[in-house]
Amino acid sequence: MTFVRGAVAALAVLVALVLQVSVFPHFAWEGVVPNLCLLVVVGAALTRGAQFAAVLGFLAGVALDLAPPADHVAGRWALALVIVGYVAGRVRQDLRPGAGAIVATVAASSFVGTSIYAISGLLLDDPGLGVPQLLKIILVAVAWDVLLTPFVLPLVMRAFTRLEPARVA
Amino acid sequence: MALLDKRFRGPLDDRRRPSRALLVALVLASLTLITLDYRGGDDSPVEPVRRAVGEALGPIENGTADAVRPFTAVPDWFRSRNDLRDDVARLQAENSRLRSQAATADYDRNRLQEYDGLTAAAKDLGYALVPARVVALGSAQSFSDTVTIDAGSAAGIHPDMTVLNNDGLVGRVLRVTRTTATVLLIIDSDSVVGGRVGQSMEVGFLHGRGELGDGGSLDLQLVDEAQPPARHDTVVTWGSRDGAPYVSGIPVGTVTSVYSSVRETTQRAVIDPFVDFGSLDLVGVVVPSGTRSDRAVVEADGSMR
Repeated sequence: MTFVRGAVAALAVLVALVLQVSVFPHFAWEGVVPNLCLLVVVGAALTRGAQFAAVLGFLAGVALDLAPPADHVAGRWALALVIVGYVAGRVRQDLRPGAGAIVATVAASSFVGTSIYAISGLLLDDPGLGVPQLLKIILVAVAWDVLLTPFVLPLVMRAFTRLEPARVA
Repeated sequence: MALLDKRFRGPLDDRRRPSRALLVALVLASLTLITLDYRGGDDSPVEPVRRAVGEALGPIENGTADAVRPFTAVPDWFRSRNDLRDDVARLQAENSRLRSQAATADYDRNRLQEYDGLTAAAKDLGYALVPARVVALGSAQSFSDTVTIDAGSAAGIHPDMTVLNNDGLVGRVLRVTRTTATVLLIIDSDSVVGGRVGQSMEVGFLHGRGELGDGGSLDLQLVDEAQPPARHDTVVTWGSRDGAPYVSGIPVGTVTSVYSSVRETTQRAVIDPFVDFGSLDLVGVVVPSGTRSDRAVVEADGSMR
């Protein structure tokens, strides 16, 4: 059953990635698109816990780093999403999270993830934007992710929850 | 019973204490990947993996973009009559302007042919275009302005080829897979294009600013600071040896403002590109005339092959 779970998770990441690069640019706001891969990782973290989410975050990050339009130094999104998966998984462990908690987790995760990515760029001397512009893009990204939360997270979380009994048995 | 109890607690315990070792391993793996790619530069060990991922994902991205394209055209259907009337007025004005230009075009063309004969630059005009469509865009939160187009090595495209559309210069090809190519837009902060101010023939370097959308603009630094460009001057590409990465004479944009810094004793001009990078779709890749391709190629004389 671990195999099925892994396959479903990989498929979710793949669909999120393709939507993110091919469909959402048509609706981009200031060039920023919702980070669906991050939403999938947060969904996994809220249902399956930090360990699974960190592994999934690594895979999703590597995919984001290597899939065609990407040209930045590989590994930056991987690092960001591993930490997002871990942190989001630690937020709510015992109870099933409510809508408010989910939105708050997504907002925090999106801020942390995009910030880590931006900071790694600054450290690697990516000749890019100034801090005010970085902050603006990060905030727009957070807004997008929160906006898409009600549509994406229930779907992702239901998929991962449905796979849960298979894991216990 | 104890076994059952443990079974139920198993996953919960698992959640409460995620393995530190795993987290450390994943973070180290990410850092290793960053180091490998960063130190490796252009021939980093990550490059073949990138290509392999591109080969696998390229067709999926192509298919998705094809499926979505009809829906993105929907807003155009709902445009009102007033919009269309404005369009007609604008196009008529443009048409008359172009007609007056065309009236002098023959003279210009004859002169150009004479010059070309003299400088043996005729070869520069022997370019053909491979048409392609944009299927994926890099997002602003990745801080690099790159797009994927649906033509790759099978269409005769190689790295360091010029990409343009009917408005002007778009960028250059960074890497290709069989079915797709990744294009670095000229507005990316990594992009440097040799530019020439049309009026004064002064040369300079165009640096991207890394902004997409309305704010997408370029900085022009002139080699000779004595001759500042004027507003509305047109900037074209300067071209490089063998037309790689940029062929010469492609329009890039117009000068919108000029700053002179006394401290650095340089002239800096801001260029507004002709191309609307927010809504890129159909582009052409400049290939040598007679390239073998999996699709129709627009030859230099305008014929399709």
